Amino acid sequence: MGPNLFINYGEAVAMLLFGIGFGNLLLQSNLIKKIIGLNIMDTAVYLFLAEKGYIAGRVAPIVSDGVQDMEAYINPIPSGLVLTGIVVSVSVSALMLALTIRLYRRYHTLDLDEISRQLKKEGL
Amino acid sequence: MTIFQSILLGFLVVCAISVSFSRNLLNSILIYMSYSLIMSILWVCLESPDLAITEAAVGAGVTSILFFATLKKIQAIRIESEKAETTAAKNNDAAAQGRQESEAKDRKAEPAHE
Amino acid sequence: MSRRKPNEEYDKTMAGRFFGWLSGSKDPYLGQVEMQAQEEKVLPSETIIERMREAQMRRDKVYDPEANTLARLFHKIYTASAVFFCIALVGVLLVTVSYLPPSGNPDNPVNNVVSERYIEDGLQETGALNIVSGMILTYRAFDTFGETNVLFIATCCVMILLMVDDAILKKQEAMSDRRFEPKNDAILQGTALVLTPIIFIFGIYIILNGHLSPGGGFSGGAIMGAGLILYTSAFGFHKTQRFFDEHIYKIAKITALCMYGLIGTYFYVTGANGIENHIPLGIPGHILSSGIILPINFCVGLEVACTMYAFYALFRRGGL
Repeated sequence: MGPNLFINYGEAVAMLLFGIGFGNLLLQSNLIKKIIGLNIMDTAVYLFLAEKGYIAGRVAPIVSDGVQDMEAYINPIPSGLVLTGIVVSVSVSALMLALTIRLYRRYHTLDLDEISRQLKKEGL
Repeated sequence: MTIFQSILLGFLVVCAISVSFSRNLLNSILIYMSYSLIMSILWVCLESPDLAITEAAVGAGVTSILFFATLKKIQAIRIESEKAETTAAKNNDAAAQGRQESEAKDRKAEPAHE
Repeated sequence: MSRRKPNEEYDKTMAGRFFGWLSGSKDPYLGQVEMQAQEEKVLPSETIIERMREAQMRRDKVYDPEANTLARLFHKIYTASAVFFCIALVGVLLVTVSYLPPSGNPDNPVNNVVSERYIEDGLQETGALNIVSGMILTYRAFDTFGETNVLFIATCCVMILLMVDDAILKKQEAMSDRRFEPKNDAILQGTALVLTPIIFIFGIYIILNGHLSPGGGFSGGAIMGAGLILYTSAFGFHKTQRFFDEHIYKIAKITALCMYGLIGTYFYVTGANGIENHIPLGIPGHILSSGIILPINFCVGLEVACTMYAFYALFRRGGL
């Protein structure tokens, strides 16, 4: 166990949230809660990335008053990565919700155990 | 600022845990919406305003609306199919027997081919 | 003079008999053997239904969760190993976090020469005051193009899953005229009347000022999409289709994506070969500055707004 667990409290909470989201994904049988678990995992990773880019005492990366010193702004790169990630996350959620609607129309249940049981009975 | 951030992070964990333990689906989605909003405030504390605007518009806005639209479609389907099932059960006993006989005739054709 | 034999003579020759046997036109046993052709066995309908019912009962017993002990055992093992795996994963990640350098430290390895170059030379090379927007639309424009593609593909996939034929939709709407239009809610319509123009103007402002202040294409596009969703849910799909229907949606989306591709291609080709791309960078701080960032922001914003509205319309109605 290294020295920085409580100094990096933001990143530790992000990993905890990742674990909670993953547990939701594995253990819940309701499809909608699985999708919410996946979204929680996504946002936890974005929180971790944004924490890596933060430097204490510096401002957001928008050039003001012509100051172009590296010492005045935080690291802009993780911010760019997360921006891509947020939009991809909403696309994936929309696709999974569309699949849920089609599954419900076919099997009339939201329970994944029930659906897999009916699939096995049908012989698929 | 760090105390404020710590309180927000604790709130995030509480939201995430209560999403998994709530029984009503509508409650889970509302809690997820507030989780998104708290995350957006955390981005501002971490000095990334781009991410804050995007997360507020996309996470607490569009994703939650899609969840609500999904629930509406599922519940509407369930109500309609329940109504259809009850009316069919009351009226169609004779039709069910006729259907069984025609199915038996279809099944009779199949063993002859095997 | 043709040397072809007539059919009856051909059938008596060796070749005729061989090819007849090969094609199976004549049954070799019928009329040659003392066996009679068998009658088809007819099962009475009751036994067929009995057999189907027995098969169904057997399957129910196998897949019944309470009765089948193997299934219950598997469920218990699955739950236990899932919990153990999650806790182990969180433990490993927390140990890794504890070994990371302290966050907020300016000497972290993540703050290296790349971010130094982006901050110090960003304004001269891109002309954008917002370093993040300038970075993702010039230095890392390819990643943003990939993301725009992801939005496009996601909309196509949701269309495949949920889109209903236009003719069927019109028939359904004719049957019950209140199915897709909202009941006239006074509060919602009054609020939407006031808020929707403000939201649209705000979204356009964020898109246009992407290189000067926080925001950019994605944020502005999402806000505009949310404004469209508000208008649709307050006033119904008929009124929205007066200015935004499927035809306009197709044109807007494909134009946005192709324009991004074309501008990006010109940028990459001239940059990779060291040729001067004659795109004026303008005076930093003005709206018409920073080269390709303004048109690309516009394309990305249009794309994202169309995507958000398309998701909502496909979920609610099954068509745009």
